[in-house]
Amino acid sequence: MVMNSLTRSQKLSNPGIKSLSARMDSNLWRLLLITIAVFLIMGLLRPHTFLTLRNFRSMSYQFPELGVLSIAMMLTMLTGGIDLSVVGTANLAGILAAKFLISMVPAGSEGPVGVAIFGAILIALGIGVLCGLFNGFLVSKAGIPPILATLGTMQLYMGIAIVITKGYAVLGYPEQFLFIGNGVLWIFPIPLILFVIVAAIFTVILNKTAFGLHVFMLGTNATAARFSGINNTLVLMRTYLISGFLAGLTGVIVIARTNSAKADYGTSYVLQAVLVSILGGVNPSGGFGTVSGLILAILSLQFLSSGFNMLRFSNFFKEFIWGFLLILVMVINYLSTSYQYRRRLERQKRMAKA
Amino acid sequence: MNKLLEKHEVFVAFIILGLVMVFGVINPNFFTRATLYDMLRSSVVMGIFGIGVLMVLVSGGIDISFTAIAAFCMYVTTRYLKGIGFEGSVLLAFAMSGALGILLGMINALLISSFKLPTLIVTLGTSNMFRGFMLAFIGTKIISVLPPGMVRFSRMELFPVTTAIGGTNGLSVSIFVLAIVVPITWFILKYTMLGRGIYALGGDRVAAERAGLNVSVIQFFIYCYVGFLAGIAGVVHASLIRTASPFDLVGTELSVIAAVVLGGARITGGHGTVLGSILGVFLVVIMNNSLIMMGVPSYWQSAVIGIIILIGTSITAFQSKRTGRISLVEIE
Repeated sequence: MVMNSLTRSQKLSNPGIKSLSARMDSNLWRLLLITIAVFLIMGLLRPHTFLTLRNFRSMSYQFPELGVLSIAMMLTMLTGGIDLSVVGTANLAGILAAKFLISMVPAGSEGPVGVAIFGAILIALGIGVLCGLFNGFLVSKAGIPPILATLGTMQLYMGIAIVITKGYAVLGYPEQFLFIGNGVLWIFPIPLILFVIVAAIFTVILNKTAFGLHVFMLGTNATAARFSGINNTLVLMRTYLISGFLAGLTGVIVIARTNSAKADYGTSYVLQAVLVSILGGVNPSGGFGTVSGLILAILSLQFLSSGFNMLRFSNFFKEFIWGFLLILVMVINYLSTSYQYRRRLERQKRMAKA
Repeated sequence: MNKLLEKHEVFVAFIILGLVMVFGVINPNFFTRATLYDMLRSSVVMGIFGIGVLMVLVSGGIDISFTAIAAFCMYVTTRYLKGIGFEGSVLLAFAMSGALGILLGMINALLISSFKLPTLIVTLGTSNMFRGFMLAFIGTKIISVLPPGMVRFSRMELFPVTTAIGGTNGLSVSIFVLAIVVPITWFILKYTMLGRGIYALGGDRVAAERAGLNVSVIQFFIYCYVGFLAGIAGVVHASLIRTASPFDLVGTELSVIAAVVLGGARITGGHGTVLGSILGVFLVVIMNNSLIMMGVPSYWQSAVIGIIILIGTSITAFQSKRTGRISLVEIE
């Protein structure tokens, strides 16, 4: 609350775009430093395993899933909301796509593979959009707070997925489909390419389109946005729809990479996506955030995670560190914002005296 | 009559009655004392959690770390008591676990009140920290033989009845823990300055501050109290299932929040009653337990809980919209 009013008063006292971008830049620089520091530390601690081509290869297969989910999460957080249902949506989309694939091309047979793969992707994306639309409806039309609405749909989507699969994994897809999750184009893994495309598209959407501007305005001050003629309902609908679409895409990547679809895959990704967004400089009360910050955040987390694996830390220790980092970053952000605020106040006082 | 129906608690009570009727017709075994005991027994842990969640929701925050706190306190306490070969009363387990809960709750409180961080994200972070810390540094072994005090506590039953298969079934004394927690919390929320402060904070933080309330102190109390309740609930949980597993409890936080919201508490703060929350908990417990009794496979549970959350929240959202509209009309 106070953070919100701080940023708001900053904008009031200094409405220039320049100061805003300067603030963003300082955050990005800090992140870049963190990322490089983590990279160097891990490289120094485990030079023979961390600094290898094999490690980079495996890392670039691992983070795109979380990366795409984080972009979905970030988008909803920019409007001041949150989408806790991303993982549920991704798994549900993945499971339905997998079911379709298997029914079209049963294991061992030579079905119409091309059609099946195309259909499966379409189904996953379609389910993602539907789930997102439902979230958008609950948030914008029914007026349910985003946390609760997506909490409910998270359970619901996961529940539907469990009901469909009875808790078992859906396995065995055609070789060609697995290419999406495991293939390489020249030297770049396909999941990485997909992530880069999504990140590029959303950099453009957020910075260059009217929709992007509306998202930021809505997140900064919903009432002001409405009075300036923005259709908040429509913007929210679109935001959650896109978030669902990205979750559906994640579903495709996940099942193609792991060759299995499960109702409870990657439940810890929800926290991690929030962590990545906040680490990347997204303000949880809305209005601030960049894709570039998010990319740096996810890279540093991936370096940390791979490094931990090489240092043989347990998964539980990692869980502890995620939580710790999330809070540490929030505290640092708070302290630096209030420090900047105080400095600005002092400067203004000095200027008033002079 | 209309006024009575407008009360959310009455509404929930009617839903519960209706459900009980339906279940009773489908499966006559539903109307037995054993079922009632069962339901009450399963409501204790969720009920204690629910009371804590209510307090947080009323203050306009949200806490999802309470299950991690409960697991942490319960596991550390049982492990310690087991380690020193403690033979005495369960009260020490409650005291120790509750005290640990207050400590962990204090971490939440500190982060929330001194750094003004969003409660959802703080508790998301701390819940991972607590669970990760416990599993990484304290242990992952499930303790299947509890200290004797806790076992004695779990065996104490009132009003026993003989069941169809010959054993006896009674009302677990654990229900008394809930029966103590509920009136205390009700009293705090209704008749103390602190309780009124919690409602005021949830209604409008800035207004509460200007009215002279010390928001930091109120928040401190809330999160410590939730931690304390979580610690107590953890011990009750371990006693009732007669094992202390560090993997338990975490993951149920959402259904508790759902139950409390169903009971009329609003996630935006300022609204909610103890009675409503308890009714909400009963509703969810009845749904959960009866699905199995009615022959619905257990894998439907998650979907059903999701639907319950959505229906419950839509009702409260609708109500707040309507009251908002009414007050607008009155001003005009």
